[in-house]
Amino acid sequence: MPIATIAGREVSLNDEGFMTDPAQWTEEIATFLAGQIGIDPLTDEHWKVIRFLRSDYTEQGETATLRRVSTLAGVDTKALYTLFPGKPARKMAYVAGLPKPKGCV
Amino acid sequence: MKRLLVLGAGTAGTVVVNKLRPRLDPAEWHITVVDQDACHHYQAGYLFIPFGIYRRRDVERPRRDFIPAGVEMILGQIEEIDPERQRVALAGGRHLDYDYLVIATGTRPVPAQTPGYDGDAVGDSIHQFYTADGAVALYERLKSWEGGRMVVNIMEFPFKCPVAPLEFTFLADWWFREHGRRDKVELVFATPMSEVFTKPVAASHLTGVLEAKEIRVETDLYVERIDADAGALVAYDGRELPYDLLVTVPVNMGAEVVARAGLGDELNHVPVDKGTFLSTRYPNIFALGDAAALPTSKAGSVAHFSVEVFADNFPRYVEGLEMLERFDGHANCFIESGFGKGLLIDFNYDTEPLPGKYPLPGIGPFSLLQETVTNHWGKMMFRWVYWNLLLRGREIPLPAEMSMYGKER
Ligand SMILES: Cc1cc2nc3c(=O)[nH]c(=O)nc-3n(C[C@H](O)[C@H](O)[C@H](O)COP(=O)(O)OP(=O)(O)OC[C@H]3O[C@@H](n4cnc5c(N)ncnc54)[C@H](O)[C@@H]3O)c2cc1C
Repeated sequence: MPIATIAGREVSLNDEGFMTDPAQWTEEIATFLAGQIGIDPLTDEHWKVIRFLRSDYTEQGETATLRRVSTLAGVDTKALYTLFPGKPARKMAYVAGLPKPKGCV
Repeated sequence: MKRLLVLGAGTAGTVVVNKLRPRLDPAEWHITVVDQDACHHYQAGYLFIPFGIYRRRDVERPRRDFIPAGVEMILGQIEEIDPERQRVALAGGRHLDYDYLVIATGTRPVPAQTPGYDGDAVGDSIHQFYTADGAVALYERLKSWEGGRMVVNIMEFPFKCPVAPLEFTFLADWWFREHGRRDKVELVFATPMSEVFTKPVAASHLTGVLEAKEIRVETDLYVERIDADAGALVAYDGRELPYDLLVTVPVNMGAEVVARAGLGDELNHVPVDKGTFLSTRYPNIFALGDAAALPTSKAGSVAHFSVEVFADNFPRYVEGLEMLERFDGHANCFIESGFGKGLLIDFNYDTEPLPGKYPLPGIGPFSLLQETVTNHWGKMMFRWVYWNLLLRGREIPLPAEMSMYGKER
């Protein structure tokens, strides 16, 4: 499992570059990871989503789906596609230092 | 008298009253079950209706026939659940008080969640087979459809029976070939996921089956709306997927009454402990079957296995004892693949579907993740098993807990 130093901290990543330990995450790391996928700068709207994902993960133990974010965080799906273009579910999780959502079974 | 109230007499609700009646002393326990629909539906049979293999009468039976003596069955619509007062209100003003509540109201297709899924196109170029009416309408449509591009799509995850849209697509391929029309039909399978199935080993087997049948796959297609005038699915990322005939799996949601009671998640499914089905909020409420938010498939097999665990635990729980059994997420599904063959998958929370034999290691008779004639017969026999054994809570020689014997890593 690769280990990288990001924003002055050691973080473990999986093969796809997702962080594997949510506890290692910091806001500086989020800014760096967002830059890696072409999201720069992170606006207030981005942070609203990222903070929701972090707190929801702490409560639920799972990464929220797009529908869950759009229903509970007050940012609709269309906006999520604008904020995190292409594959928002993956990108949001990537920046928030969480596993990509399982999308259930 | 203590009162156990079960909401919904579908697969889970029916099995639970059949399993619990003999285990709870009739002198101490009154058991009531409520459902709005006088007919019990064998929903797995809907899949076969569009192709004329089953008719409506094959998948419907009177609900009361499956409710055991000693259980009160009430026909009516559940309008309100009040967890604080431990009371449920039915349409028409009747109230039912309970000591323990089991929510088994399932999950259902909600077309209105998708903008554009309305108007004249519904039943013409837009179809679904997740209700008996929908499946019958699609049967009528397919009889006279001249061909073009058929798109089978999934609107949202999770939905019940995650393999059903794949099976539908496989059967469509077979059916058009049987009717000499396959050359006039382009088949497209579209999903919001990045793979055709959520678990990697099964996804790669199933991708192979799709390729062999010349079915095009469109992944990451998360639909924003249907443009019925243009005949296209419009995705959030801007892609458009034109269709001549759309067969969709609408967004699936739990009962409205669950949402009104504040008991649901974003899709009205009830958050529960995944080992015991106890509500995360109320110590006298459980949710079973599709109504529960569990990280495993929404399927009849899961409803059945989970009720076995619950029925062992419940009599202990009400005595103040620890619940000893924990559900492992066991699911198993036959996947009908056309031409008289089928596949089978068997998995749980931790183990993805793997190849091998089931239920007897090395012998079977069923083969996991392989297309065989025996698997097809397993699926066809299942209707009999459902009506005669499963719903009545009789023993089926399949253990609730998943086993690694017979599986190949
Ligand atoms: C097309 C299709 C194919 C499928 N194929 C398979 C398969 O091959 N294998 C498999 O294992 N599973 C399959 N399933 C899934 C399976 O049918 C369900 O998972 C199973 O029925 C779940 O049982 P349940 O008791 O949780 O919900 P249900 O059986 O749906 O029962 C819910 C009950 O609650 C009642 N209800 C809901 N709201 C109210 C209310 N407000 N008032 C009163 N009553 C209410 C409903 O009338 C219903 O009877 C399939 C489903 C479909 C649609």
